[in-house]
Amino acid sequence: MTSGMSYQAIMARRGEIVARSAGLDYAEYARGHIAFDYERLLTEAGYSVEESREVQAATAVGQTPLVELRNVTELARAIAPAGKGARIFVKDEAQNPSGSFKDRRASLSVHEAKRHGFAGVAAATSGNYGAAVASQAAKAELPCIIVQEAFDSAGIAQPEIAEKTRACEAYGAEVVRLSVGPELFYSLLCVLEETGYFNASLYTPFSILGIETLGYEIAQEIKQRTGRFPDAVLTTHAGGGNVTGTARGLRAAGATDTSMIAVSVDLAGLHMASDHDFNRKSFTTGHTGFSLPFTTWPDRVDVPRSAARPLRYIDRFVTVTQGEVFYITQVLAELEGLERGPAGNTSLAAALAIARELDRDRVIVVQETEYTGAGKHPIAQLNLAKRMGVEVMRGDPAENVPGQCIVIPEHPNQVTVRDVALDGVRRSYLRNALGRLPEATRPETVDLEFLAAETRLSVEQVEEVLDELVRKAG
Amino acid sequence: MPERLAKGTWVEILGVVLPAGERAPQAPEDTANVPLEMRVKGFLVESAELGSEAEITTTTGRRQRGAVMTANPPYDHGFGEPLPELLEIGGEVRAILHARDQGK
Repeated sequence: MTSGMSYQAIMARRGEIVARSAGLDYAEYARGHIAFDYERLLTEAGYSVEESREVQAATAVGQTPLVELRNVTELARAIAPAGKGARIFVKDEAQNPSGSFKDRRASLSVHEAKRHGFAGVAAATSGNYGAAVASQAAKAELPCIIVQEAFDSAGIAQPEIAEKTRACEAYGAEVVRLSVGPELFYSLLCVLEETGYFNASLYTPFSILGIETLGYEIAQEIKQRTGRFPDAVLTTHAGGGNVTGTARGLRAAGATDTSMIAVSVDLAGLHMASDHDFNRKSFTTGHTGFSLPFTTWPDRVDVPRSAARPLRYIDRFVTVTQGEVFYITQVLAELEGLERGPAGNTSLAAALAIARELDRDRVIVVQETEYTGAGKHPIAQLNLAKRMGVEVMRGDPAENVPGQCIVIPEHPNQVTVRDVALDGVRRSYLRNALGRLPEATRPETVDLEFLAAETRLSVEQVEEVLDELVRKAG
Repeated sequence: MPERLAKGTWVEILGVVLPAGERAPQAPEDTANVPLEMRVKGFLVESAELGSEAEITTTTGRRQRGAVMTANPPYDHGFGEPLPELLEIGGEVRAILHARDQGK
């Protein structure tokens, strides 16, 4: 065993640290060269939707109100072609105990940590998930450490993350705040090795199964209120858990034809680990800086295999701009009396655009809101942006340049979505998979079947793309 | 004279986790050129001067060492000035709904 706390020394011990803190033996599920038995991993984690609901009910998680946004729907109809303008509903997840749907993810993880007798829980997260883990840990009487990427080298804290620091500390958690960089996982490993705590990773089966209840509730409630399953569910997309868990829950409830639309804020051009760029992003999650890498290779996470496999579930992938999300956040407050977000409103911005494409009798659901507060608010974010030299103006969102210019629409018809070509995303995924194959090996049948399930292509199509990629590389 | 803080004072410490030059190999250049810093809060184990190296006990009972940056560190994130760019939106969308109602 290598001792020492250098980056290289800790990363060399990652396998054993991760295995000790996971509460699951991932090796049991490995297949072929790169495949694993995804369904069995999730099933054997041991929570049916009913069991998850029971665990969540014990801490008042879930069963949040489903709110029809009648005025936003009317606004969409006022600017839509005749006969268009689907009904828009939102699941008011801000009403969970710590203020977001992340309570669903944290609840099963903390329940597992308690059940296995871990001394505490730790998680690496700068977002709502930290507050959710801290809240659940408080209820379970477990100590909790949250590791955040929180401030740049000038000591300037991202205000949204500063609010999460405060929230975690309000629940009694210890918060380790780090400066900008790609070493969040490294720092989490240091904490896990020292404490022996459970790694309440966002990417364990527990974290994903916990979200199934959200999709399940949406399917049941929409069916009850409108007589049909939702035509589309819009999900803010970053690491892929939200998409995966929600889609699985919809299917479990029988809503197999509901279209799953993933929505991310476009932050193209900004480097996620750059000290300079850090405070020039007005969104700390729900953006392409996470969603593209995680969709094209989900296993870049703090557990051996991610239980979030978004490409298996996404029917459509769209982006919106920061200015469009701030705009819809203001519209939500002023037309519906709901002050929420902003990051959680990413998919709401897309809903205003997509509702205009669909007939009036169609039903679309925005599957989350999140709490709003100091720092976690368009005003706080836009004031920071101005301080960092980012221009803020009204105009056409097409003029938006991440890190340089935030353009807030002047009219709701300027709120649009830009489609990300899924074929290209699938190709990138397969290119990444190819890179993981041991040298001079061919994928086995089980690998090809796995890749087909991952990309929703046929085995033949997967082989075709792989052959083409090999030819090009050769 | 730096302020002397009593044992048990709630403080925030700053420590260097990885110096510049020892950062993760995938760190972009601007990030690699600065240290990875860590800030943690806890109770002073012994009395210490502001700015000096000291040990704290965190809320989970861990002992951590670093330079004492702040005593009783405030939460100073807020909202800031209202933005004209946002103030106009409500009136605009209400006018669209109103115009539509008039046209019915």
